[in-house]
Amino acid sequence: MTHVKRSLGIALWFMFLTLPLMVVRVNTVSREIEWRWHNMALVGICAFAIAWFWQFSIERRMSKLAQVSNDKHPELKKPTWTQRLAADPVLSRRVLIAVGALAMVFPWLVSTGQNFYHVNVMVSALIFVVLGLGLNITVGLAGLLDLGYIAFFAVGAYTYALLAKTFGMGFWTCLPLGGLMGALFGVVLGFPILRLRGDYLAIVTLGFASITKIVLENWDTVFGGAAGIANIPRPDFFGVELTGREKAVYTYYIVLGLVALAVLVTTRLKNSRIGRAWMALREDEIACVAMGVDMARTKLSAYALGAFWAGLVGVVFAAHNNFINPDSFTFMDSAMILAMVVLGGMGSILGVIIAALALKLMPEYLRAFAEYRMLVFGAVMVLMMIFRPQGLINDMRRKYEYDTAEREDDDGGK
Amino acid sequence: MAANDERKKLLEVSGLTMDFGGLRAVDNVGLDIYEGEIVALIGPNGAGKTTFFNCVTGIYEPTRGDVKMLPPGRPARRINGMKPNRITELGMARTFQNIRLFPAMTVLENVMIGRHCRTSTSIVDAIFGGRKAAAEERESIDKSYQLLKKVGLAEVADEFSRNLSYGAQRRLEIARALATDPFLLLLDEPAAGMNPQETHELDALITRIRAEEKVAILLIEHDMKLVMNISDRIYVMEYGKEIAQGTPQQIKENPKVIEAYLGEEAHA
Amino acid sequence: MDFEYLFELLCGGVVKGSIYALIALGYTMVYGIIQLINFAHGEIYMVGAFVALIITGILTLSGYSDSGLSVLVLAAVIAVIYAAAYGYTLEKIAYRPLRNAPRLSPLISAIGASIFLMNYVQLVQTPDFLPFPELVPEFEFMEPLSRFVSSVDMVILVVTALTMVALTVLIKYTKIGKAMRATQQDMVMARLVGINVDRVISATFIIGSVLAAIAGVLIASRTGQINSAIGFMAGIKAFTAAVLGGIGNIPGAVLGAMVLGIAETFGAGYISSAYEDVFAFGLLVLILILRPAGLLGKAVKQKV
Ligand SMILES: Nc1ncnc2c1ncn2[C@@H]1O[C@H](COP(=O)(O)OP(=O)(O)O)[C@@H](O)[C@H]1O
Ligand SMILES: [Mg+2]
Repeated sequence: MTHVKRSLGIALWFMFLTLPLMVVRVNTVSREIEWRWHNMALVGICAFAIAWFWQFSIERRMSKLAQVSNDKHPELKKPTWTQRLAADPVLSRRVLIAVGALAMVFPWLVSTGQNFYHVNVMVSALIFVVLGLGLNITVGLAGLLDLGYIAFFAVGAYTYALLAKTFGMGFWTCLPLGGLMGALFGVVLGFPILRLRGDYLAIVTLGFASITKIVLENWDTVFGGAAGIANIPRPDFFGVELTGREKAVYTYYIVLGLVALAVLVTTRLKNSRIGRAWMALREDEIACVAMGVDMARTKLSAYALGAFWAGLVGVVFAAHNNFINPDSFTFMDSAMILAMVVLGGMGSILGVIIAALALKLMPEYLRAFAEYRMLVFGAVMVLMMIFRPQGLINDMRRKYEYDTAEREDDDGGK
Repeated sequence: MAANDERKKLLEVSGLTMDFGGLRAVDNVGLDIYEGEIVALIGPNGAGKTTFFNCVTGIYEPTRGDVKMLPPGRPARRINGMKPNRITELGMARTFQNIRLFPAMTVLENVMIGRHCRTSTSIVDAIFGGRKAAAEERESIDKSYQLLKKVGLAEVADEFSRNLSYGAQRRLEIARALATDPFLLLLDEPAAGMNPQETHELDALITRIRAEEKVAILLIEHDMKLVMNISDRIYVMEYGKEIAQGTPQQIKENPKVIEAYLGEEAHA
Repeated sequence: MDFEYLFELLCGGVVKGSIYALIALGYTMVYGIIQLINFAHGEIYMVGAFVALIITGILTLSGYSDSGLSVLVLAAVIAVIYAAAYGYTLEKIAYRPLRNAPRLSPLISAIGASIFLMNYVQLVQTPDFLPFPELVPEFEFMEPLSRFVSSVDMVILVVTALTMVALTVLIKYTKIGKAMRATQQDMVMARLVGINVDRVISATFIIGSVLAAIAGVLIASRTGQINSAIGFMAGIKAFTAAVLGGIGNIPGAVLGAMVLGIAETFGAGYISSAYEDVFAFGLLVLILILRPAGLLGKAVKQKV
């Protein structure tokens, strides 16, 4: 009953809060005031429902927390489906093969003749998957909150656009160069600022991205200013001229290959000395350096490697779109990539892939959603931090194999 | 004491002073540690013991004074202002009074972080996964597992470290520090929060570590029974100053110490 | 050297700095107490401006015919109330549940809240710029000054100065002000001596939001137009000002804001206005690298 009372109070409070902004709209041109009282009713009902649910969830979370601290073996909890999947190598390999096969035939399933819209959409989505995987290294694994990640993407895109247009360099030469330029920018920027505390680092990266955008917008002799650069060559295929659809499919396979590469590299690193150092740094900086990890080098490597992927895929972006301008590299794009990492679960590769696909494809196919997209992302970031900071998919810890036989020897000897 | 002078000195601290704004947390403290020793640093809360540790291990740069490390078989180094990771590489490892593990990593991985500075797999090696990288990884795992066995945590190797009990977390910190192959181990209140049974086991563990790992140990501890039991020598601090040093027997009988520190307990 | 131009730029910089100062205070007070960059603070400022716009719209269009200034004051009062309500609610929903979470969690939550509020206003109002009515009447004041400072600018300077005095009195002499200072020094200790820390944090958000709303109304009357995105840049600039002065330090925020405002107008006036934001961020990066504690801040060592 107290819940109902409180929810009622909360609903009234939100009706008050949204009163001027949601109900009134002043049209200064026609000098009319539009009163939208129905919005107020809507807010009241929604706020009541959410408040009720909210209290319920908080209560449940509290009791869960209490339970965990009492429980000596919380790992005995029921395994989630991802844990079960990972624990079964045969099943997980089969799933992997199935997903891989589906990805391989995808362009042939959805495109016919002149219609390759879905392939193009998928290319854009996969580009963001690579971005998500790259930022996952910096933010998810190493815990360096980078709010200007999109700048490295811009670096890659402009690198290709300029090299291809002024020197006629090919896509395949520029692809690694774009990645290296991204990494170089990462190092140059990272070097002076990596000593900063986490939250300061976030703001400085944000500032850096804004500066990048301003420079791109204003230095029009080099970067084409706000108009950007057009007529960027598409990826070349051994000199063979491709049709529109073939080009799209070809780009699809390129970016799919990059996704696979990113997954492979991140997995390898994550389960290595380097990846462990990143995670330790994320968990506790002071303990990490006290255990002999070189902070500057570790941070810089995570930063540069994250930037590398953005630069690499920036090249693909420029080639795929044929045209770039500074509007593709705003803070909202950085925020969206961050939302992918947060939603997917910091550090979880599978989670980031799913989140990136979802966040990129949903607005594309659910037009109604597109309008509310950023609103939802914002809300999701808040709610995730409160209710599921580990993300939708738990980042599973790898179990290492160790010699248990030796243990018996040892115990026998004592 | 005479015997000590023939032994090799490992750490030499002299005139160490640390100021925080107007507060002098450590005031002109000197301390030596010799091979094979267990030395205790005691004193009431706020005496500056932890700050002393932080200065010695490079977390803080001391305001004044000298910290010299004398690694066996290598030239002595003055380590003031050196980065903590360099000091750890030189062979001094520590634990923290307020446990600082990596909560979202497994127990084994926590220890493996300690191996970081003794291994060399680069990003490229890790990506291409050559034989050398695999062998090094194998060795890291095995060595870390052995250390977990030593501190009695082998059963929970795959647990997240945040799920361990307080006492287990303290032992994990010791294992993690040992994984860096130190010749000098600094323990900050290792028995804090442990029950009497656990404290008793810790006593045995510390002596065993000294014997098996060939490390000298400097520990901060409030449990007087433990300190008197295992220490070869004791230093006493109060208000940032060093007020006494000597064998456990000497410390027990030192009127200044009784006044400053043991007095409260003796009356209690 | 053209001194008149220089003086004009200086005045422009101080006016700009005043606005930054009002917003920066909110950042610095919140950071001082809970070590959080309240990323959504700029949005509170924007909400304040929007509420004021709506109220002035209602008043003028419904035939409330009094002087422009009284309309502005009434709108400002309501804007302040609403901004306070939004700030209070923001803290309760997005930050309070994360009081003991890992350090990046509340920051990400703050970024989410900022994006949410920005898009909320954009959706329920409009993404376009809206004209803000000119409500400050032209009035006469000291002759040499009036050549460089417009009436609106004068109002901004006077209101900012009065607000600063009020804030100083509040923090120095009132009960809640003392509780705030105690909590900033040591939250655990403050709680032990019986201070209701939750209430202090709420109060801090409310005060910061009030200041931001005042800034929002003032800037809207000066530039004559607002949209849902104005909070973002203003927020980052004000944060820069707070860091510049030494975050957590109240006089520092004001000093930092003035330095930033002047640096920006001079950079724009003498070099290029297109790169105005670059000067601000460049300054931020420089200060963080060279003197992370800021101009007035003291370097503190993290306790280990
Ligand atoms: N980073 C710091 N900044 C300011 N004062 C500190 C800091 N670290 C420790 N102190 C102060 O130094 C004194 C000694 O603390 P500490 O070394 O932790 O004592 P102990 O470990 O002997 O209990 C205390 O008064 C403490 O408040
Ligand atoms: Mg201590």
